[in-house]
Amino acid sequence: MSKMVTLTIDGIKVTVPEGTLLVDAARQAGIHIPVFCYHPKLEPAGMCRMCLVEIGRPMIDRNTGQPILDENGQPKLQFLGKLETACTNTVSEGMVVFTQSEKVRQGQKATVEFLLTSHPLDCPICDKGGECPLQDLTMAYGPAQSRFEYEDKIHLAKHVPLGDLIYLDRERCILCSRCIRFQAELVGEAVLTFDERGRSSQIVTVSDPPFDSVFSGNTTDICPVGALTTADFRFGARPWELKAAASICSQCAVGCNIVYNTRREARSDGRIVIKRVLPRQNEEVNDLWICDKGRFGYHYTESRARLTAPRAEGRPVSWEQALQKAAEGLRSASQKALIASGRLSNEDFYTLKRLADHLQMPAYLYTPIGGGEWVRHYGLSTGSDLSALGKGDAILVVASDLYEEAPLWYLRVRQAAERGAALIIAHPRTTRLERQAPHQYVLRYAYGDEGEIIERLWRETKIAQTLREARNLVIFFGNEGMGLEQSESLAAACADLLVETGHAGRIHNGLIGVWPHPNAQGAWELGFQPIFDLQPLFETMDALYLVALDPFGDGWVRQNGRKPFLIAQDILETATVRQADVVLAACAYTEREGTFTSGERRVQRYYPAVPRYGDSRPDFAITAALGAKLGLNLEAQSAARLFQEIAGAFPAFKGLDYARLAETRPQWPPTGRANYPFSGTAQPNTQGMGKILSVVAEGALTPPPPTTQKESLRPEEGTLLLVPIHRLFDAGSLLTPSALLHGRIGAPHIILHPKTAQETGVTAGEKVLIEWEDRQAETLVKVEEHVPVGVGLVPRSMGIPLSKAARARLHLAERVR
Amino acid sequence: MSQYLLLRHREIPEISRLEVYRQHGGFEAFQKAVTTMTPEQVTEVVKASGLRGRGGAGFPTGLKWSFMDRKSWPHYVVANADESEPGTFKDREIMEGNPFQFLEGVAIASYAVGAQRAYIYIRGEYQHIARWLDEKIAEMEAAGLLGEKLFGTDYSLRIYTHLGAGAYICGEETALLESLEGKRGQPRVRPPFPPTFGLYGKPTVVNNVETLTNVPLIVQNGAEWYRSMGTPDAPGVKIFSLSGRVKRPGSYELPFGVTFRQLIYEYGGGILDDRPIKAIMPAGASSSLLRVDDRVLDTPLDYAALRQFGSDLGSASVIVIDDTVSIDWVIQKTIRFFKHESCGKCTPCREGTYWMKHLIDRIRKNGKEEKQVKLLLDVARQIQGKCLCALGEFSTMAVVSGIERFPEDFRETVLEGVPG
Repeated sequence: MSKMVTLTIDGIKVTVPEGTLLVDAARQAGIHIPVFCYHPKLEPAGMCRMCLVEIGRPMIDRNTGQPILDENGQPKLQFLGKLETACTNTVSEGMVVFTQSEKVRQGQKATVEFLLTSHPLDCPICDKGGECPLQDLTMAYGPAQSRFEYEDKIHLAKHVPLGDLIYLDRERCILCSRCIRFQAELVGEAVLTFDERGRSSQIVTVSDPPFDSVFSGNTTDICPVGALTTADFRFGARPWELKAAASICSQCAVGCNIVYNTRREARSDGRIVIKRVLPRQNEEVNDLWICDKGRFGYHYTESRARLTAPRAEGRPVSWEQALQKAAEGLRSASQKALIASGRLSNEDFYTLKRLADHLQMPAYLYTPIGGGEWVRHYGLSTGSDLSALGKGDAILVVASDLYEEAPLWYLRVRQAAERGAALIIAHPRTTRLERQAPHQYVLRYAYGDEGEIIERLWRETKIAQTLREARNLVIFFGNEGMGLEQSESLAAACADLLVETGHAGRIHNGLIGVWPHPNAQGAWELGFQPIFDLQPLFETMDALYLVALDPFGDGWVRQNGRKPFLIAQDILETATVRQADVVLAACAYTEREGTFTSGERRVQRYYPAVPRYGDSRPDFAITAALGAKLGLNLEAQSAARLFQEIAGAFPAFKGLDYARLAETRPQWPPTGRANYPFSGTAQPNTQGMGKILSVVAEGALTPPPPTTQKESLRPEEGTLLLVPIHRLFDAGSLLTPSALLHGRIGAPHIILHPKTAQETGVTAGEKVLIEWEDRQAETLVKVEEHVPVGVGLVPRSMGIPLSKAARARLHLAERVR
Repeated sequence: MSQYLLLRHREIPEISRLEVYRQHGGFEAFQKAVTTMTPEQVTEVVKASGLRGRGGAGFPTGLKWSFMDRKSWPHYVVANADESEPGTFKDREIMEGNPFQFLEGVAIASYAVGAQRAYIYIRGEYQHIARWLDEKIAEMEAAGLLGEKLFGTDYSLRIYTHLGAGAYICGEETALLESLEGKRGQPRVRPPFPPTFGLYGKPTVVNNVETLTNVPLIVQNGAEWYRSMGTPDAPGVKIFSLSGRVKRPGSYELPFGVTFRQLIYEYGGGILDDRPIKAIMPAGASSSLLRVDDRVLDTPLDYAALRQFGSDLGSASVIVIDDTVSIDWVIQKTIRFFKHESCGKCTPCREGTYWMKHLIDRIRKNGKEEKQVKLLLDVARQIQGKCLCALGEFSTMAVVSGIERFPEDFRETVLEGVPG
């Protein structure tokens, strides 16, 4: 319990914890001291001078240490004589502050007048208009007319691209440095800085590629003017034309809270379309931030490849016909299976599992990474919050490149480490987390040794001690270089570690799987079995019901004669859809409601943003309709009703319903229209902060069987060890429709260490042929220092199907004549 | 005693040679401090001497040393050799002519505050002086005056030079520290001040070259001796950098209490062509202009006296203006200087100096419109009291004092060049 301080602001007595900044104390008391450069998530800079106030402090007798009193018995106050910035002053006992005196008003007016001397008259064409702090504060505090001569106005470059995603307008920039400090302080990637000085100062990017950060979009939220805008929303719409739908990002397992801003527009033939994505405040998940994949990766929902109607035998048919055909196919098959991916909602999974059970067929979760059972037993429990971690706690990140796989977890883990949590990184190569976050230990291991690194943690006595003594321990595990079986072993070993160190079953402790999809955890919770290698199923099954996956497009399944009856339920035209006997057109999650369970086991609601595309339907409705034809009566209309059934059937979900998931609590900092100057344009959370499931450990888990011989992964003369890695921006079918991300996605490539490149006789930019197992692929070479020698890193989902580490041969591709 | 305490090379030309410096008592004070005095005792002597910072702020030096946070280590001493105030050229001469006395001052200050490392931040334009000082430091190391375990005690000290790169703002102590750390030279938010949070966040004393050059003599001869010179408000001697419309511009080392009349007419030889004096800028470009009358000319000078005139002594860069100079021309120069040197961090200085530049240019080009002059005065006043550091504040001094005290120079005249 920190010491409290009482002060008076504009005659109002305010009591706040010691160390609170005056500007925050005032805000908490409902007094809006205007700011530009200050942001509640950043260290104060004291640069813009907008928050100047009058501060009086009690005069203290140097001998007695007591306040000197006046004739009325009131402490005598000492005012500095000049205004002071509220953002750089912490509160002190007995402080008296005036934020609305004449002197302060003059100061505010002066600051706005000074800022406007350089600022262009761009409002009519500036994206920020309508949600612009400079506009708001000018109306509230500025002079009605400027005394500055128009022809003296400075002229600087406008629409300067900082990378592909962000534009900078140097005339509009008020040099508040929020963007620079966000990148340097919060993210740990100082890719922006000032160049020159005085009035010639300008923001520049110093990274190659420019603005090399997956968090770049957040700077457009906190920029107090229209200097930083996104290429996505540029000249898109006026904010007051937009409607907002609360949703959850579907690009990874973090479950960032977002808002889809939509508008009905003539430009889109009168349809309601998504104009942009903004973060929605959830201080337990993503604070005020989202990554660029979440911000800019939504265009697939509007892709021309969207399925708008069901098909049978390649022709469009009615729903009745399609469902009839599908039901027949399933009924008549003796061997059948259901396979779904982690993109579906909890309601969809529940319905599918009910159908699978009814038809006595296995329900598989298509996943490259296993261990979900272990997360179910040892994951985070209700009330857990990564923000609670700090000094005295420990975080272990093993086999996961958080920055590329779950950027907001990278950010949250980094913040916890900055607060003093002991960060232990176990990874076969350096990652941005290691380079950019304060960490205590780094464990480097060879690919193939994943099973032993957890054991090694015990042998490294200092680490073992840190883990044992940690008040709370959270473990993130991924599948760097591994397949399904190995990652499951790793998860089991991590769970053991939690138990052994006494951290199992407690709030703020647990195991988190860095799944690639938003609701893989939901599938684990609702009874799905993991599977990755689908080839055997395609060779033995008579019928397959595939929901939200594209194994043909991914290159995992190769047709070789036998062809089971295939039902494909998806949103986009894919290679698998083209192979299917029956195609069921599902609507995108932006067109319906539902819930996702994040990797932290937090269940969160998402709401529809736009109407359904064509004649597409929600996944659960399709499955229910299919079930109806097969004698199973399932809820087909209401996602809320389905969720109630889940809560009744699965103990971890007990006590939850849509109303509870829609609960919010007051959050700091305050967001929303009146708070744009203070916190930026991250949207307030009025529609639900979600709840973490309870941990219901029923019975012991069978430890997974011992996994692959690691001898095959040891260095060998003349061969390369190919290792699949995650990159945030890949060529997945749901991301490639976002054209503005193509620069970030790049071409398929393999990354080699300079020494490896030299020994193999290849140079950066050359085309090579890789041969491994019974496959081969042509790709470009990239050379980077951080790759282990003898290893070739191959980003997943870029067209080279590599599910786990494998030996390969590499040679220069033949030159095409 | 010789005439010079600081610019001793004017009497002893070879004093920049180590053996000559030592012949004249050099490094006895340092040895005395390290071997016979505690750091606190050294600080007390300097405190008692009343020595005030010579870089412009005039803050009591010993008091600054006593503010060093004893709970946070290591400690650092930084010598501010960024001498960039227009009209200041004293530190340069000290470093070129009497380098060892300066370095001894750095060493004694380091001992007094428990620093084992001291840095000299030298403006980039003084590259040759930095190389010269590096040689002198090497000579001191060779002679056992710097390095490990000095004079048989446990005290170790190393001194390093560091070059700036052409920014006046890096003379501001926290901007200097930022630059020294390899970052952009922009002032920090204060508090905390360097003795609490300085170089790399550790307690640091930043002192001007001239200030430090006084220290060996104070330690050697005592506080009483130092107080016997100067005035009660400002004991000791000051190097006045005299420039402008005088016959003999240059640096003059004189005790506080000297008058402008003595400085300008006796030492400076009077005004060129014996013209009437009009104004004095006592603190370089950062000055409030003084309208000269007998009271101004004959008052014994120290910090208090200048404040009574509504001005400041600053670093005593005395620029003398006669009746051939129009004040609007003067402030066009100072405004241009501050606009160029503004670091850009805070709104009023960055935007205000830019605005003032456009206003003064228009005033001088388009015939001193009253509205424009009033606007310039308003803008200058609007900048005051709002800036992050002193640069912004000082950018307004000459403007406000110039317009208020010399209104005749801001009115359109029928014949150009005719005074008044």
